[in-house]
Amino acid sequence: MQISARHLDKTTIFDVSGDVDLATSPELRKALLHELREIRTLRVVLNLKSVRYMDSSGVASLVEGLKVSRGLGARLILYGLNASVREVLQLSKLLKIFEVYENEEQAVSP
Amino acid sequence: MGRSGLLLKLELSSNPEMLCVVRHALGQLAETLGFSSAECRAIVLAVDEALTNIIKHAYGGEAGRPIRAFFCRIEVPQNGKQRKALEIVIEDRGKKVDRAKLCGRSLEDVRPGGLGMHFINECMDAVEFRRGLGKNQLRLMKLLDGPNPEKLA
Repeated sequence: MQISARHLDKTTIFDVSGDVDLATSPELRKALLHELREIRTLRVVLNLKSVRYMDSSGVASLVEGLKVSRGLGARLILYGLNASVREVLQLSKLLKIFEVYENEEQAVSP
Repeated sequence: MGRSGLLLKLELSSNPEMLCVVRHALGQLAETLGFSSAECRAIVLAVDEALTNIIKHAYGGEAGRPIRAFFCRIEVPQNGKQRKALEIVIEDRGKKVDRAKLCGRSLEDVRPGGLGMHFINECMDAVEFRRGLGKNQLRLMKLLDGPNPEKLA
């Protein structure tokens, strides 16, 4: 998995690629929690277009990020979900609790 | 250990970085057997979650412990017919697993963690757990040829 950050006004966009699993999800979790808790960014967007695979470890990182964002009055937004990522979120019945958009333009619009 | 219909046998260590290797091999195997793309993704997810559970819970995150996985082509009797299926048996020598945790937690409770067993149950047609001779053994089965109206286990 690779993760890089872009900053756009008061929004941080994380471009995530590769597989998010037991081996790699701690890195995603750390980046998300740092951005929310330490940087206090009010809108964090995850670009998941290039994520090939996500397992329950990855889902757990997203859920933790979502809970922290809500506690701080911030937003965690997802976009670019492929079939694999969409399926695990549907299986866990968590798709509806996330703010999900098709593309970046929608994700960063006010 | 003799297994009829054996297609692939993997011996790996309890290292999280091995998960992607298993996923790639299993994805290719499932595709070769004729499973649909969605079924291939389901099988790969179930096995990945099973291995994740072994690494995290049975071995408590300790790397270098043994895991064995057997992938077999089998036939399953159902409604008077024989149906082709993929059987996957995963063994570890870790601590005994709490059977209550194998049921998966309620999804109404939105919190991180505890989803792995739920994914396994949803993705496979049969899920059985055994403990014996110091080993945990998880048997998974996925029917070939379309959806299964009733779970077999």
